[in-house]
Amino acid sequence: MSAPAVAAFVEVETPLRRFVRQFSEDRVAVFGLVVFLLIVALALAAPFYAPQNPYDLSRVDLMDSRQPPGAKALDGYTMWLGSDGVGRDIFSAIFYGLRISLAVGAASCLIAATLGMTVGLIAAYAGGRTETLIMRLVDLQLSLPSVLVALILVAMFGKGVDKIILALVLVQWAYYARTVRGSALVERSKDYVEAARCLGLSHTRILFRHILPNCLAPVIVVATVQTAHAISLEATLSFLGVGLPQTEPSLGVLIANGFQYMMSGKFWISTFPGLALLITIVAINLVGDRLRDVLNPRLEK
Amino acid sequence: MLAFILRRTGQGLLVIAAMIALVFFGVNVIGDPVWILVSPEMNQQQVEEVARSLGLDRPIYEQFWHFLKGLAQGDLGRSFVHGTPAIGLILERMPATLELAFVALVMAIVLGIPLGLYAGLKPDHPLARSIMAVSILGFSLPTFWVGLMLIMVFAVMLGWLPATGRGPVGHFLGIETSLTSLEGWRFVLLPALNLALLKISLVIRLARAGTREVALLDYVKFARAKGLSPRRVIGVHILKNILIPIITVLGLEFGSLVAFSVVTETIFAWPGMGRLLLEAIQRLDRPVIVAYVIVVVCLFVVINLVVDILYSLVDPRVRLTENAA
Amino acid sequence: MLRSHIAGAALATALLLGVPAQAQDIRIGVAAEPTSMDPHFHNLTPNNQVMRHIFEPLVFQDEKQALKPGLAESWKTVDDTTWELKLRAGVKFHDGSDFGADDVLVTFKRAPDVPKSPAGFGSYIKGKTIEKVDDLTLRIKTAAPEPLMLSHLAQISIISRKNEAMTTEDYNSGKAAVGTGPFKFAEFVAGDRVVMVRNDSHWAGKPTWGKVTMRPVKSDPTRVAALLSGDLDVIENVPTADAQRLKSDSRLATFSALSNRVIYFHLDRHREDSPFIKGKDGSTIKNPLNDLKVRQALSKALNRTAIVERIMEGEAQPAAQFVPDSYGGTSKNLKPVAYDLDGAKKLLADAGLPNGFKITIHGPNGRYTNDAKILEAAGQMWSRLGLDVSVESVPAANFFSRATTGGANGMPEFSLFLVGWSAGTGEPLDSARALTMTFDRAKGTGAANRGRYSNPKADEILTKAFQTVDEAKRNALVAEGTELIINDVGIIPIHFPLNTWAAKKDYTIIPRSDEYTLAMSMSRK
Repeated sequence: MSAPAVAAFVEVETPLRRFVRQFSEDRVAVFGLVVFLLIVALALAAPFYAPQNPYDLSRVDLMDSRQPPGAKALDGYTMWLGSDGVGRDIFSAIFYGLRISLAVGAASCLIAATLGMTVGLIAAYAGGRTETLIMRLVDLQLSLPSVLVALILVAMFGKGVDKIILALVLVQWAYYARTVRGSALVERSKDYVEAARCLGLSHTRILFRHILPNCLAPVIVVATVQTAHAISLEATLSFLGVGLPQTEPSLGVLIANGFQYMMSGKFWISTFPGLALLITIVAINLVGDRLRDVLNPRLEK
Repeated sequence: MLAFILRRTGQGLLVIAAMIALVFFGVNVIGDPVWILVSPEMNQQQVEEVARSLGLDRPIYEQFWHFLKGLAQGDLGRSFVHGTPAIGLILERMPATLELAFVALVMAIVLGIPLGLYAGLKPDHPLARSIMAVSILGFSLPTFWVGLMLIMVFAVMLGWLPATGRGPVGHFLGIETSLTSLEGWRFVLLPALNLALLKISLVIRLARAGTREVALLDYVKFARAKGLSPRRVIGVHILKNILIPIITVLGLEFGSLVAFSVVTETIFAWPGMGRLLLEAIQRLDRPVIVAYVIVVVCLFVVINLVVDILYSLVDPRVRLTENAA
Repeated sequence: MLRSHIAGAALATALLLGVPAQAQDIRIGVAAEPTSMDPHFHNLTPNNQVMRHIFEPLVFQDEKQALKPGLAESWKTVDDTTWELKLRAGVKFHDGSDFGADDVLVTFKRAPDVPKSPAGFGSYIKGKTIEKVDDLTLRIKTAAPEPLMLSHLAQISIISRKNEAMTTEDYNSGKAAVGTGPFKFAEFVAGDRVVMVRNDSHWAGKPTWGKVTMRPVKSDPTRVAALLSGDLDVIENVPTADAQRLKSDSRLATFSALSNRVIYFHLDRHREDSPFIKGKDGSTIKNPLNDLKVRQALSKALNRTAIVERIMEGEAQPAAQFVPDSYGGTSKNLKPVAYDLDGAKKLLADAGLPNGFKITIHGPNGRYTNDAKILEAAGQMWSRLGLDVSVESVPAANFFSRATTGGANGMPEFSLFLVGWSAGTGEPLDSARALTMTFDRAKGTGAANRGRYSNPKADEILTKAFQTVDEAKRNALVAEGTELIINDVGIIPIHFPLNTWAAKKDYTIIPRSDEYTLAMSMSRK
């Protein structure tokens, strides 16, 4: 590793700037980020431009069902991506569905990250039996495949957005806990923590103000990967029939509903939501990939 | 070593016990299986009779006690739906699932390592970039969607491979498997590829990342400088070093393959235990859900243990202690 | 065990190459596999249809569920509560033993009493005492007149007297799966296939097929794909989404019959304040479903033709009563309620609710064909009537327990909900008793009356019908009772689905209204 070179840069650049510069060296990753931000913006703004509110039953008309892309709806607008089996405009449904999928992904990721980071920090800082116990629990959780855990949890809790989020949180928290503990162990042994202790700062303060910020980089990497994973897992659960409710479809439910039309030539019902899901996840993964490269010190040239 | 194994086995048993209790109470919280099981013509009295005969009218702790008593004798309860022992149903379906997961695992290794190695050695080559692009797709595409696409292309449009089911079953070293005949392989190819896709991408990424890291290490640079043939550098120095983490991860991922087979088995009508679980969940066949979890958790505990031991054998730097952080 | 896999493989290859395959084998893709090979374990269509190949009942139901002689050659009523049946002579079980009255006695003893059976056949045998007159003559006495006697007998598979003590496991392994049917049990691989081979000495002559393989393919598109790719010869339960495409495919043939299953809405009639109905401002209101005008308005606002055409893709027929009017006992005066939104709005206004109300409607998800979509479409239509509708599809695993006992005090929970009912007896009286007669635990009436509808006048007529063994008189009574209930909007019928099978072009299938997929109904040119 060329440590002197890195040091030279650090002198002129703040870590954030260096990070931005390194990240933007990869044009594909920047493209991924732009696409992702665009998707988020489009999803948030869906009510302002989507021709149909697909969740408002009085705006969805059965007589519009199964129309091919480009057909005119009874309400006069054009269904650019066609309509599904009950008359939902696929274009509108995709962006409304994205809201739900992203919300589920973000919410589960946020809660899991908070939970996992707290637990991981406690493990690293407390050490001893607490640490052993927590890490055994983490190992156990990680050894069980996410889809199985989620499936059983949903079987236990039942259907619904809140339950899916709960299941996804329980599936994900361990990844954060493990990551944070790993970094925190390294940080704990560093001089500044020792110094802070000597200054008599409280445990909470040391943990959250000093150690945590230094562990964030790997957590961000995990978070991007896990968000993509959560969105895809929700789609899978919906396909298996234990996911979100039919009437307010997420992307996963849209794809699952369209699945039954796959052999009948009405490809648009499943394909377009599938593409939307694919683009979203690929965009997140591109960003995540680059983040991993940038934030992994061993690859620094 | 022995102390380690004993300790881990003990912990494993604890984990299994905890899972049993959790899942047993968990699945008993929602729904009422009686109403799925009975035929619609039955009146309420008959329905209550069925609930009684299945023991569903008893309080939950009593059911649990009853279950534990059975468990002590190796009886995991009888399926509500099939009326036969739940463990038997699962073991009957297990070989098919393990076979599928095994073929998928082999696919992941055979396809993933060379591709990842290449992508890691020449990270800027267009081919390497396309490999990575494809691997991202493999990561991102929903399994169920890919499954149907595979059927559409290879079974319906091209007619090369059968769309559903498992091939004729033969015996190999006492194991029941469909891999003994060519016909069996024809059946397993599509579902295994579907299941393997995610893992192929994973292996590609692991191999690439490993190669890139190892290639920068001093001893590899030294080996190159020494004038060793690239083949030898790759074969001996790089491959050996990246294999360890890949094998560790794959060992653990085998469990995930077994779990993800739920999706693949559903699409390809593969007669494995994943589909059994899904059906059990849909029909609230509680004994089967609980038995499945017990079997699978046991499987994972064993796999983890074996991976840990193997890992320590391959890499002497790892000591088999508990807090080796 | 018979394991002729190589034959199957050769067949698959032959089909791919376009070489005519052995005409004797048939591979059928079914949507659900049997839960057991025990004919008395689980009264469920996927089980019963396999059992019909191996075992036979005393009375057969043909494709329209009309009663035909089976193992009983003829029957007559001695008096209102006594039936005499003549058994078919010369029938042999698969193991070569002779069939006789003793086998029926053993069956009647075992069928209601299978350990751990989740849905047995007890209800068909309850209240009947059976005695042997001679080896080929039986008398059955009922506690009360039982007009549906023969329909009940048609549900019960006759087992060999030798296998009285056999357990469900013995049937699953094939040891006890010995019947008189046209096919013999060969192999049951859970999750993969049921294989049966021809019974060459069947009393009705040699069956058409040498070997019947039933393979469960639950996923709808995959089942279609397996037919298109040539892996299967016939599939049942053709998904509505693919029906039109398969019909127009020149390599395939499709066969449909109107089902005896009615898809309908049940309405909460037992609460003054229904839990899922509120005023539009969220206030508590008097249950509007108790007002005939509101019920009529709901029925009129449903566009049944649109549901049939758009959601069922033509694979259904609008419904007016419990069973299609091709059955006996149906009313010829009842026609599906025509879609009339303005009329519905007027009725709602007349009922004093011009602005409608707020309601959550429920339905199962994945229990009936397109159930969630139909529910959503109904939600759309009622929101156009001016109601504030929320739609909730509940997984089937929770739906029925909630719909039956999920509410306060173990009462039904929902206010307005979608359900289906299949008339297993092939006539409407049983449906009317279960769905719309006053709920009475002791009498067993209204067993599926999850809205607690009660119409004393209809009860009286239907009770009378239950005591009338004469078919014509009974049918008139049933039709009269049905009219009373339907005109009172006791339930809101939506449609009868079509049962559709698809096969390779040169196959012919006689489609059945009871949804059974039987190799006996199939032949090849």
